[in-house]
Amino acid sequence: MSTSITAPAGRPAPSRGSSTSQTEAPRPITGKSISVGRRVRNTTATVLVGLAVLVAAVPLAFVLVYVVSKGGGVFNLAFLTESIPISSRRAGPGMGPAVAGTLLITGAATLMAVPLGILAAVYLNEYGQANRLAAAIRFLSDVMAGVPSIVMGLFIYTVWVLRFGMSGFAGALALACLMLPIVIRSTEGVLRLVPRDLREASTALGARTSRTILTVVIPAALPGITSGCLLAVARAAGETAPLLFTIGTVRALNPNLFEGTNTALSAQIFVNAQLPFVAAQNRAWGAALTLILLVLLLTIIARIISARFTVR
Amino acid sequence: MTTTTPPPTGLQPARSARGDTAFRAASFLCGFTVLAILGLIAVSMTQKALPALQAEGLGFLTSARWAPNEGRFGALAFIYGTMVISAIALVFAVPVSIGIALFLTEVAPRRLRKVVSYVIDLLAAVPSVVYGLWGVLVLSAVIVDAYDAVGRVLAPVPLVGRLFEGPANGRSLFTAGLILALMITPIITAITREIFDTVPQGQKEAAVALGATRWEMIRGAVFPHSRSGMVGAVMLGLGRAMGETIAAALVIGSSPRISAQLFGPGDALPSVIAFQFGEASGTYRSALIALGVILFAMTIIVNMAARVIVNRGQEARAA
Repeated sequence: MSTSITAPAGRPAPSRGSSTSQTEAPRPITGKSISVGRRVRNTTATVLVGLAVLVAAVPLAFVLVYVVSKGGGVFNLAFLTESIPISSRRAGPGMGPAVAGTLLITGAATLMAVPLGILAAVYLNEYGQANRLAAAIRFLSDVMAGVPSIVMGLFIYTVWVLRFGMSGFAGALALACLMLPIVIRSTEGVLRLVPRDLREASTALGARTSRTILTVVIPAALPGITSGCLLAVARAAGETAPLLFTIGTVRALNPNLFEGTNTALSAQIFVNAQLPFVAAQNRAWGAALTLILLVLLLTIIARIISARFTVR
Repeated sequence: MTTTTPPPTGLQPARSARGDTAFRAASFLCGFTVLAILGLIAVSMTQKALPALQAEGLGFLTSARWAPNEGRFGALAFIYGTMVISAIALVFAVPVSIGIALFLTEVAPRRLRKVVSYVIDLLAAVPSVVYGLWGVLVLSAVIVDAYDAVGRVLAPVPLVGRLFEGPANGRSLFTAGLILALMITPIITAITREIFDTVPQGQKEAAVALGATRWEMIRGAVFPHSRSGMVGAVMLGLGRAMGETIAAALVIGSSPRISAQLFGPGDALPSVIAFQFGEASGTYRSALIALGVILFAMTIIVNMAARVIVNRGQEARAA
């Protein structure tokens, strides 16, 4: 039994009590109480582990309390719908153009990244199982997930904005690049969970691979795919850096994605956070509250879907 | 389940076969876009960065002098700043993340486990710009006093003291590192937790059966099994910290200098790009894109290494 601990570790296991003179034979349980030193060390470790949770939770609580209390002060229907004041000094609503911009830009990014990502995942899991190109794509989509968001912004700037100018669509392209690897990897993970029996049964009934995938595999995996995609959308909705050089800014609503500059909640928070005016800072808090509510809504829907319809 | 299903060959019209091939080709093309995008990022950005790189030569990487109005572009100070704040972030985030992952896998009762994992999800869900907003308007104003106090105690200490001396500033390398730590904690936690979950139950039970306390079980059974995975997780966190832009940009103080003083302002690659791109043109803009290329290269290397380590660990465990 003792070898099963030490063998995979490839070194003597330090777990066998404080007596370092121990050799191969496992020490039988004597029923004697554990020595003080070991007990202290164990308790200290347990306390530290608990403390780690607090260390992460306390700043989060502070952030949320500030966002809710400061943002709650300005948050109302007018804030969500009215234009951004011409003068940043002036108090009052609104963030309407930013709310619309976030929804439009994130929506357009979703429309591009989700179908592409799902099909790519289908290739990886259904066709490319063991082939080397698929392995390379799998690896590189993990790497792509780590590409900094500001680099995606610069990338779209060099290939799109320099030719066609700033627009909401350019921002959507940058966000889609960010979402794509997340959609691919989460979808592939869900596809892998679909039981092989289902595919075999469908094939046995005479369906071709594409028909099997479209009518059996994807429907079976749909809840998981949906929740993964929603998490990707939530992530994209909060991104700022890819929008900095791609959408520009605007104070009045611009419903046209393809023409004219646009704005988004995250971009407005970034700009207003740097202004020395209390009114602007309050609008930033309000925008932060709006953005967090939006992201939370998406996250909660994703959780509910994945909890209710998990495969198996 | 009947075993007498006839083979489907020859029963399908040819049209369907063509559809099948088309679908396969379409899905392959979608997979291929990942390669295409990554390639295009490298090519198009390098191309736009070329004017600045040609003007500065190797000096772009080795000079710390960043004076756009004189046409001097040296990225060293920003590379230094990126590394320093990432290191600070890791120093705080790694122990905390491993602690939380241990709490979730080994220590917490089931009900608490659920609550804590929701908290970590929430930490990950808050957009980076919101952390930045809080950091610049709240944290940086409050934390100066703490910096002053720490500076008074630690500055006289030889060697280490240099890190903490000088006038403390709320917007500093250290504040940026702290905010980054908050943001990479959920990532490192999620991956280490997955890795701790793969430790065979039998090994843990064996350790306990041998009379190990919980801590001894963790050290003897959990850690040795997870070492490579933990390294990979930390590197993924590092990759994220290096590229994280907005939160750090708001609190870093934006001062292009190489200084050991952690409580003083500095600057990092992503924040320079974020702040200066709008006002730049010509070679200046090209230089900022070149900073993006450097950042891209740094994060790609770190991420590739991390993935190789994590994947190898998974294969070893699966075998």
